[in-house]
Amino acid sequence: MAKNEIKYLTAIKQEKPKKKFCRFKKYGIKYVDYKDIEFLKKFLNEQGKMLPRRLSGNSLKYQRKVSDAVKKARQMSLLPYVTDLMK
Amino acid sequence: MNNYELMVIFTPVLSEEDFKGAQKKYEDFIAENGGSTVHSNPWGLKSLAYPIQKKTTGIYWVLEFTGAAEIIEKLKIQLLRDEQVMRHMVTRLDKYAVEYNHTKRNGGFAVTQKAEA
Repeated sequence: MAKNEIKYLTAIKQEKPKKKFCRFKKYGIKYVDYKDIEFLKKFLNEQGKMLPRRLSGNSLKYQRKVSDAVKKARQMSLLPYVTDLMK
Repeated sequence: MNNYELMVIFTPVLSEEDFKGAQKKYEDFIAENGGSTVHSNPWGLKSLAYPIQKKTTGIYWVLEFTGAAEIIEKLKIQLLRDEQVMRHMVTRLDKYAVEYNHTKRNGGFAVTQKAEA
């Protein structure tokens, strides 16, 4: 056995997963506009459903505001309620 | 006095003059009841995300105004009676929203507003 060969009992983690952050807090966005559909689409999946906080990284306060904005946009027919292949 | 934002979807069969006339009607109605218009923004004909009253397009109009809370109920009655109006929504704006609309009008945040039509 070569001297410089190192073995581990448990595999070491290669990379730490990137820490998620709330983009509203980071960029200082205070108001979520329901008219700006391109921005709201960032928080929706292909079926037009909202992404969970687990994936979007939003803080609870802003997740609620985004959800309100999406619902308003749906009422005013800016965003669809149900769809396939939105993006 | 509060800040409000009214969004109305008119039927697509409306002519240009009718559209202007309808805008004026509601602006006058708000003015008569002691409110004032901050900004009027007609988006024009846009396709809807889903059909409303079997129509696939609608004429959008966004109006920002200030007024007392009593106006809203009266305004709603007017809008619901109007056959040209397919759908409407009144949103109360907080101080951040007013600031946001103000910056947006003056050409702020060019990056996020690119796709706005």
